[in-house]
Amino acid sequence: MDIGIVIGNIVSTMKHPAYQNCKLMLVKNVDLHLDPVGTVSVAIDSVDAGVGDIVLIANEGKSASDILKGKQLPVRSVIVGVVDKIRVHSSSPQ
Amino acid sequence: MKLGRIVGKIWATQKDPQLHGVKLYVLQPIDEAYRAVGKPVIAADAIGSGEGDIVFWVGSREATFIFPDKKIPCDVGIVGIVDAVNSETPASMKKRKNQLIADHFIE
Repeated sequence: MDIGIVIGNIVSTMKHPAYQNCKLMLVKNVDLHLDPVGTVSVAIDSVDAGVGDIVLIANEGKSASDILKGKQLPVRSVIVGVVDKIRVHSSSPQ
Repeated sequence: MKLGRIVGKIWATQKDPQLHGVKLYVLQPIDEAYRAVGKPVIAADAIGSGEGDIVFWVGSREATFIFPDKKIPCDVGIVGIVDAVNSETPASMKKRKNQLIADHFIE
């Protein structure tokens, strides 16, 4: 899984049924210094994350389908947690 | 999933039978400020989007599930038309980050 920061959301009415009444957030992965890494992604929010939250993102279809209680859904990224705190031991490579 | 803009269309009569009747578009991945990111790809459309639309799409294996009744051989599937993109500015994101660091978010 990745840690990322929620930078906003998108609104979409014409979408695949799997995304009906889902919150679609814009997230950017962050490194362990909270600096954004890579490009923005769209992730379904399943834990009521808000803009500016540091979140845990799962990027895999099976777990996404499980969370959305469906089978073989065209969904990959789901926010699965809001991070409260991170501790990193200095000996581990940054 | 990622954001994208439909910049073209592709026709192919001679193709895998599972792709019959599937609309294929030229899709340019974009970021939250609508800037192009990387190179265009060819995407299958499942929701009736059109050229010029801002969309979001799913990649890899999950793209094969965009049709309820059949699996198609594709790795980029358009799954939604975007009506609005609401995104924080880099400046406000930096402020949030500094606040988190100040609050000892990371030990």
